Amino acid sequence: MKLTVAGEVKEVQDGITIAELIVQEKVETPEYVTVSVNDEFAKSENFQTQVLQDGDTVEFLYFMGGGQ
Amino acid sequence: MIKMAKRDYEKILEHARAVLPEEACGLIAGETAGEDKIIHKVYCLTNIDHSNEHFTLDPREQLAAVKDMRANGWRPLGNWHSHPESPSRPSEEDKRLAYDSSASYMILSLMDPERPVLNSFHVQGEEVEKEELALEP
Repeated sequence: MKLTVAGEVKEVQDGITIAELIVQEKVETPEYVTVSVNDEFAKSENFQTQVLQDGDTVEFLYFMGGGQ
Repeated sequence: MIKMAKRDYEKILEHARAVLPEEACGLIAGETAGEDKIIHKVYCLTNIDHSNEHFTLDPREQLAAVKDMRANGWRPLGNWHSHPESPSRPSEEDKRLAYDSSASYMILSLMDPERPVLNSFHVQGEEVEKEELALEP
């Protein structure tokens, strides 16, 4: 099936989960990553179980924060 | 060196002053040319912590900014935030949360309201290196 990942169309195996895609895409510092699927933010506790569907659009966003 | 248009500096300054006493924050995007980074756009985002001591970028606005960068052919260069009451240098929390050693972390100090100070840094673990910043007309 095909996903659009960070703006690029990619062929991935059927039934891939968000957690598997994070590994496959070699996402750095995954503990700081927020994932959106079709502009909806996925809960991190669901990364292992949320299965992506053909045609989904996935974005990886890195947490950015700090303090003085 | 990182190059920023003066109007973008003024945009950051205006936004940071507008949200006082909270910290302001946002993203910077543009291109790289050799060793230099050239900022083409600064994004002023909402600090969802609404705090004068911490900031977290609004993820929805961050997502919109990332899409805008991609649509314009720019790459993310780093982020910026303000220190309303402290100097323009990374705090311990800033260093702890700076996970990308290639990013530019810009900090605008408003500690002296009449003399704002903007600096840009590279952060790798505990090591902080000030990056030359050029404001261009």
